Amino acid sequence: MQKTNRNCSLFISEDGGSEELLVVLKGEIDHHSAVWVRTEIDEKIMRYRPSRTVMDLSGISFMDSSGIGLIMGRHTRMQAVGGLLVVREPNERIMKIFELAGLTRIVSVERESRKRRGRA
Amino acid sequence: MKEKEQKRSYSTECYNEMKLRLPSLSVNEGMARAAVAAFCAQLDPTPSELADIKCAVSEAVTNCIVHAYRDTVGIIYISVKLCRGGLVRIEIKDKGCGIEDVELARTPLYTTDSAGERSGMGFTVMESFCDKVRVFSGCKKGTTVTLFKFVKGKE
Ligand SMILES: Nc1ncnc2c1ncn2[C@@H]1O[C@H](COP(=O)(O)OP(=O)(O)O)[C@@H](O)[C@H]1O
Ligand SMILES: [Mg+2]
Repeated sequence: MQKTNRNCSLFISEDGGSEELLVVLKGEIDHHSAVWVRTEIDEKIMRYRPSRTVMDLSGISFMDSSGIGLIMGRHTRMQAVGGLLVVREPNERIMKIFELAGLTRIVSVERESRKRRGRA
Repeated sequence: MKEKEQKRSYSTECYNEMKLRLPSLSVNEGMARAAVAAFCAQLDPTPSELADIKCAVSEAVTNCIVHAYRDTVGIIYISVKLCRGGLVRIEIKDKGCGIEDVELARTPLYTTDSAGERSGMGFTVMESFCDKVRVFSGCKKGTTVTLFKFVKGKE
């Protein structure tokens, strides 16, 4: 499933069925985009009740605190269906906001950026 | 950090200004931060400084839309002033519901949203991405948020 609304686009892969729901976001996450994005994701979470939902943020160029609300809200949803939310590849800016909100202590964040691999 | 702050003046002379008024529609959030960023580009800010400004503006504008004019559509007044010494002064004003207790509202994670979709991190983001944030509010009169940001630029 692919949807675009102005400066944000959303792709949801349902191939994982009840195992994994993959959500790929691109562009800008603000309150305007968070409103429709969350409706789309929640619909799929309720349909598949997956064990894991992965939100790929590698294509996000802008995010404000509405993104924290979006992620925390999906985390709560996933807990309600007995699953786990994973956030993948947030950039440095997004990490800064995560850390302000203490989000990294609540939601699992996967980062394996090219930079890191290069340095290791 | 503190020492530096004392030496800086937040009341230097303004030499260029932009004013913007927008109805409180969420579709305007992107427009507002992009317009402010475009105006500030003449200071040749670093990508990080520009991202700080965009994010702080987005927070203040979103608050006008979701809180100040919650059940209605009102006007958001934005003024951006470029002042001597690299100071950018951004005022975001609404004539909405106002904030009862500003100090409480500025507390990290504090939100009056009951749907569980707001994080209560808006003011905290503004504070950490700007050098100073001033909030004036009157119940049923509205709120004025002023963001102060020193732009050093790409030297
Ligand atoms: N312009 C405003 N008008 C009225 N109330 C506001 C305004 N801005 C902020 N608030 C109040 O302050 C609280 C905290 O704001 P913020 O830190 O941005 O968190 P959030 O927007 O996630 O609730 C809001 O929940 C709201 O009650
Ligand atoms: Mg807010």
